[in-house]
Amino acid sequence: MILYLLCLALFCVGLYGVLRKRNLIKIIIGLGIIEYAMNLFFVLLGYRYHGRAPLQAQDQQVLNMVDPLPQALVLTSIVIGLGVMALVISIAVRLYEKYGTFDITKIKRLKG
Amino acid sequence: MNQISIIPFFVIIPLFTAFLLSLIGRFIKRLFVDVLSETSCFLLLVASMYSLNMLRESAAPALIYKVGSWMPPFGICMVLDGLTSFMLITVNLVAFLVCLYSHNYMEKYTDKPKFYTLFFLMLAGMNGVVVTGDLFNLYIFLEIASIASYALVAFGTEAEELEASFKYAIMGSVASSFIFIGIAFLYGFTSTLNMADMARVLSAKPNQWLIPFVSVLFLMGFGLKAALVPFHAWLPDAHPSAPASISAMLSGVLIKALGVYAMIRIFFNIIGTSQAFLSVLMFLGVLSMLAAVILALSQWDLKRLLAYHSISQIGYVVLGIGLGTPLGILGGLFHLFNHSMFKSLLFLNSGSIDYAVGTRDLKEMSGLREKMPVTAHTNLIASMSIAGIPPFNGFFSKLIIIFACVQAGHLGYALAAVVGSVLTLASFMKVQKYAFSGELKEKNQNVLEVPGMMKLAIVSLALICVLAGLLLLPSFRFFLNDAVNVLLEGRKYAAVVLEGVLK
Repeated sequence: MILYLLCLALFCVGLYGVLRKRNLIKIIIGLGIIEYAMNLFFVLLGYRYHGRAPLQAQDQQVLNMVDPLPQALVLTSIVIGLGVMALVISIAVRLYEKYGTFDITKIKRLKG
Repeated sequence: MNQISIIPFFVIIPLFTAFLLSLIGRFIKRLFVDVLSETSCFLLLVASMYSLNMLRESAAPALIYKVGSWMPPFGICMVLDGLTSFMLITVNLVAFLVCLYSHNYMEKYTDKPKFYTLFFLMLAGMNGVVVTGDLFNLYIFLEIASIASYALVAFGTEAEELEASFKYAIMGSVASSFIFIGIAFLYGFTSTLNMADMARVLSAKPNQWLIPFVSVLFLMGFGLKAALVPFHAWLPDAHPSAPASISAMLSGVLIKALGVYAMIRIFFNIIGTSQAFLSVLMFLGVLSMLAAVILALSQWDLKRLLAYHSISQIGYVVLGIGLGTPLGILGGLFHLFNHSMFKSLLFLNSGSIDYAVGTRDLKEMSGLREKMPVTAHTNLIASMSIAGIPPFNGFFSKLIIIFACVQAGHLGYALAAVVGSVLTLASFMKVQKYAFSGELKEKNQNVLEVPGMMKLAIVSLALICVLAGLLLLPSFRFFLNDAVNVLLEGRKYAAVVLEGVLK
């Protein structure tokens, strides 16, 4: 249970970073932390204490095995996270070129 | 059996075109790039028409394609039912016309092959969301479409566009992570990812606390993708910043395929709706409808005004579906179809004005009717459709929604829908007055009407706006009714799909 709570705490740290920070890079780091927290949560769902890898071999019965599906899904989700991260960072770099600042409160030409 | 193998092509064609264009786009002629993308859009449109026909002929409620012949619930499956083919036709029809429009419009941007690559990635994502029968697969396609749209919003790489794109990307990613966590909870509880199997497990094994919690996560996630009012902050920045053809795609189909479609599929067919959830949905719908239209009244930037109206019209769709009665859902889905047509037409028209005059500020343009008669007339048709003037399509769907509200006993909501419609009319009167009537400005003397391909696209959309009311006639009614039935049958979706697998 404590692991799940720590995972929730990690998620909240990320959310705090996205919502409260003014620096673009810190917002992006917050987004990264959210992604780690949700990937960790999904892996934890399939984890078993003293479980083993789900490998089938001849003449061997696997009894207490870890659920492999979340791990496969999390791999996909990490790749998606990488794509988003690369895109957002490149936009942040372009924004710095245009506005000369990373401060989100100074980047506000769109209003209304 | 052979016919069914058309289903994966809704994802394969756009993905392959995107791949091909990014690979060879730089080395071939511009014209060839255009022709290639128009061909594949046309193929998609034909395939979606064909799939509707195939579904009618087979007389089965759903056709299922098993990816790699793995039996669901273990393998991934793709499901073609009434709602899916309805959404496929809406998405691919708009995509085809937008693609025609981009032929001339995108000339002013430098890198057309890259534009088409992103466009087709977005289309692949949307088609994938619509056809998939697997919950994690839905998340993947949703992210493909979202990432492509973040990049497309920033396509002009001007300061405002980058700013809008950054905001959209951050909010969209947070929304996606809420959806992901919701999926993780559902997987943890049901140990399956197949949507039909999940619905079966959930109805066999009810749970007190999980369903409300997951519902809130999904409502936040998909609500943000659909831009319902408390989660709408990104839309008025992001939609106007994109190139006009992309604004038309974003407002016309993206928020519906990723937001409304995914939300109603999950809530109606998997989790199962409760009265509390439907009330929340109706309230959010009415809130978006009124708040956004009031914000729209004070806008002078044409595209920003249209973006606020998108939020408002999504409110109508959600209100109609949230009623949960057959008539309400019919009105909601019909309005979804109509809104994709007239809102993409309006955005394309704003793009035409931008193309010809070079401005988006309503105060800068006036008297354009003389110089741009086609645009002026199509814009008049679209404005009357969105405001709900009788012969046009918007009137019928709004009328059905208002009737359904009265029938279900929500008189206040019906009144709100009427008020919203009147305010919409007021704000489009303003557009027509400032943009097309009045004195022609001195500097606009040399304005020319837009080129042929753009005219073709906007005239076709205007024709659809005029004729779409006919969909309510008994002989065409199946198009909407099949979609409505899928939502009405609710969790029987599980039985339908799991039996369809065995055939």
